Amino acid sequence: MKIVIVGANSAIAKATARLYAEKGHDFFLVGRDPIGLEELAADLQVRGADKINTYELDVLAMDDHAAMVTSATEKLESIDAVLISHGSLPDQERCENDFELAQRELVVNGNSVISLAGRFANVLKQQEHGVLAVVTSVAGDRGRQPNYLYGAAKSLVSTYLQGLRGRLLPYSVHVVDIRPGLVDSPMTAHLEKGALWATPEQVADKIVKAIDKQRHTVYAPGYWRLIMAVVRSIPDFVFKRLKF
Amino acid sequence: MQLSGWGRYPTISARLLEPSNRRAAEEHLAKVLSADGGSLIARGAGCSYGDAALAPVVLGTRQLDHFIAFTIESEATATIHCAGGVSLDALLRVVIPRGFFLPVLPGTRFVSVGGAIAADVHGKNHHRDGCFSNFVESFSLLLASGEIRRCSRSENSELFAATCGGMGLTGIILDARLNLSKVPGLLINNETVVAGNLDTCFEVLKQRGEHQYSVAWIDCLSRGRELGRGCIFLGDHADDPMPEKNYRHKSGALINVPFATPGWLLNGATMRGFNWLYYQRQKLRKRQSQIHYQNYFFPLDSINNWNRLYGRKGFVQYQLVLPTDAALEGIRQILQRVSQAGKGSFLAVLKQFGAANNNTLSFPLEGYTLTLDFKMEASLLPLLDELDAIVLDHGGRLYLAKDARMSEAVFKAGYPRWEEFMAVRAAVDPEGRFESSLARRLGLGITSSASHDKEALQ
Repeated sequence: MKIVIVGANSAIAKATARLYAEKGHDFFLVGRDPIGLEELAADLQVRGADKINTYELDVLAMDDHAAMVTSATEKLESIDAVLISHGSLPDQERCENDFELAQRELVVNGNSVISLAGRFANVLKQQEHGVLAVVTSVAGDRGRQPNYLYGAAKSLVSTYLQGLRGRLLPYSVHVVDIRPGLVDSPMTAHLEKGALWATPEQVADKIVKAIDKQRHTVYAPGYWRLIMAVVRSIPDFVFKRLKF
Repeated sequence: MQLSGWGRYPTISARLLEPSNRRAAEEHLAKVLSADGGSLIARGAGCSYGDAALAPVVLGTRQLDHFIAFTIESEATATIHCAGGVSLDALLRVVIPRGFFLPVLPGTRFVSVGGAIAADVHGKNHHRDGCFSNFVESFSLLLASGEIRRCSRSENSELFAATCGGMGLTGIILDARLNLSKVPGLLINNETVVAGNLDTCFEVLKQRGEHQYSVAWIDCLSRGRELGRGCIFLGDHADDPMPEKNYRHKSGALINVPFATPGWLLNGATMRGFNWLYYQRQKLRKRQSQIHYQNYFFPLDSINNWNRLYGRKGFVQYQLVLPTDAALEGIRQILQRVSQAGKGSFLAVLKQFGAANNNTLSFPLEGYTLTLDFKMEASLLPLLDELDAIVLDHGGRLYLAKDARMSEAVFKAGYPRWEEFMAVRAAVDPEGRFESSLARRLGLGITSSASHDKEALQ
């Protein structure tokens, strides 16, 4: 398989790449930190990957997206799977007063993802095969007080993917929306961990299976589907009083 | 956050830093050390039992878990170069499909490579193959000065000898090159010998040293003529070709202990019952069997979080070694004392050690090692002090990776090369930037006092 991973240095992407590497496969890894990319490339090689390409990109530089997608298409010739997994966890309180920061967080978690997903969607449509998998979040299921800015960006992407899935259906291109819950990773290093937390490896396992079995919306771990169903069903007059 | 070792005793409140790559690790270190008197200790997978990886600031290497290179050198040998936070589980997962094996495996595969070097861990083949460090070709050590030094037997050899077994007090192990070997197969041919008392256990371990792996389980609550009865497990790799490509690595556990069980569940009666049942079961089982290497080396890894079975207060694992001549008598006295006190454990393990190595604080001595688990309770500590006296009387010592409570005097009497270790440590870390609760307790600290630590302990 030939796989593109955007945000390759993220914990979830890394764990997913490692699972794929054990079975061989070619990679096109995109990330901001060149040292991290190099480390990951060597790691995947040892684990069994075939060819590995790396590409340095800051997703905030939207003008550079097109060149990266072109490069990935040229290097891999035909793309079997694209995983978009970059993101950041905004400081909600700061974003309530610093709107420049809020904008930037929306671009990182929302606009940039749509720009990349849209461009890769066109490539996959052209070649008439492939899977596009995007890591969103359970936070997008409902705007909760402590992180509704993050949630808004993620639901933007989830909604976009729902329409895109239909558009690409006639071209045998499949779209997967992966919604992890609480994941113990560098992005959440500052938070206290409890019983509901999952490891990046658990989420990675879900991603590989979801791409393989062409699932639509996947909660990772699975119990989040139930939790979020409950959260979505709480009436507004109660929900507005909840602080979780 | 609240942090403890695998034994869940003691617990301290600490700041845990988890750099996601090497550069971030260097930055974290520089930041902590720029503060006046700032210090930290590295922590791998948190599998040491006591307070070896506890300090007010802890640098976790969990994210430094990438492989760097795998090189096949000849038909039978290869080396793997990986970051210090790689677990032995991840390592086996990568090397076994390529036909190689790690020559020394401790009792759990979840330890990190850095931790295995820092504790100079041993396995069921110590009497033949020695410690983990025997198969470490070199490692890169991040020093307090920010310098990264490569250490091997030929390069910075004193620092190499102090770091293997040095419990993280010389620096942070960033990456290591390990020698791998070929084994005939992944199944272990096991022979179980049932021994009715301690003398017979010793006799069998001594006579049957030709087996690559040997270890004995002891019923530590048996008394009188049956004192120290147990079963000896003798193993060798079965001569089946490695499955290589078809190998499916199981990283997960079978069952999970989701929370600490009530401590009173483990008492004299339940322990006695468990030990009796286990002994009778082994007596009835087939003497010869084939066991998958994972179940053979890591039986407890199939129960996720088994340490929670000892209750909220946690437990202490007490591992001692006595030199050959004094071992039988010393271990008899210890078992008598434990059995009298009625404070046994599920796991009392007896094993023969081969010759000691050249590392200054490495635990094994030529002789016999006994490991006991004790549920933490107020009456335990005086009992362990009594056992310490027996150990010292017989020329033995305790394993630092398990220890949570021995005194400075007991440590220094057991590890006569501690001054040599301190000289190397003082040269690379003159201001005591790498310090753990264990270091302070045992008098291995450079600047801080023991009183500082008492405040942090809960």
